[in-house]
Amino acid sequence: MQTEVQARKTRGRLNRDVQSKLGRVLQNYFDDMVKQGVPDRFKTLLQQYEERKDKGSS
Amino acid sequence: MRLAPSVREAMLAAVPSLRAFAISLSGNVDRADDLVQETLLRAMANIDSFQPGTNMSAWLFTILRNLFRSEYRKRRREVEDADGSYAESLKSHPEQHSRVEFEEFRVALAKLPPDQREALVLVGASGFSYEEAAAICDCAVGTIKSRVNRARTRLAELLAIDSADDFGPDRTTRAILSAGGRR
Repeated sequence: MQTEVQARKTRGRLNRDVQSKLGRVLQNYFDDMVKQGVPDRFKTLLQQYEERKDKGSS
Repeated sequence: MRLAPSVREAMLAAVPSLRAFAISLSGNVDRADDLVQETLLRAMANIDSFQPGTNMSAWLFTILRNLFRSEYRKRRREVEDADGSYAESLKSHPEQHSRVEFEEFRVALAKLPPDQREALVLVGASGFSYEEAAAICDCAVGTIKSRVNRARTRLAELLAIDSADDFGPDRTTRAILSAGGRR
């Protein structure tokens, strides 16, 4: 049986297994988005920005 | 001014996780992409204030987070991802884990207060230390730690995870947890 103190300790704090499972789900969720890579619009954005700057400064 | 090739490379290399962070914050891919675009434009315009050799990724995350914060204050009342464009945008990616699992996780994540959500995603998924996350969010390390703890506790409640052996009555929730262990 759990003592009063143990019960208080576990309350509001997740046990290790739950934490690590949550962590893995979060990481998978995030990694799936990361795997989409760099959309072309951002490569183009950098290119256009530099070209514009080149014109502006010459 | 042309960007130094190393700076340009570092920027582009940071985009995938920057974008994932933006999607996690806003819950909407279109808004996230606008945030990333605005972040890159600001970064390029202020490239002189970037110190070479420091963490480009942390710098960009800081800019994006501040942009999101100021935008969020303006749009507080809007319902996040009302058009479901997030789910739509992911349909064409066969490698991902089951849609249902991720929809459920995404919905739970969206229910967290923004400060908890950003802390959890920075530390738990983006690979930043507590110290780096604190710098990005401009708060104390202890604040980040307590936000991450509260976020985890709340997520466990939302996904009905009480203990390792008891994943709640819901089949979908069990599916989420087994997906987490698949790697």
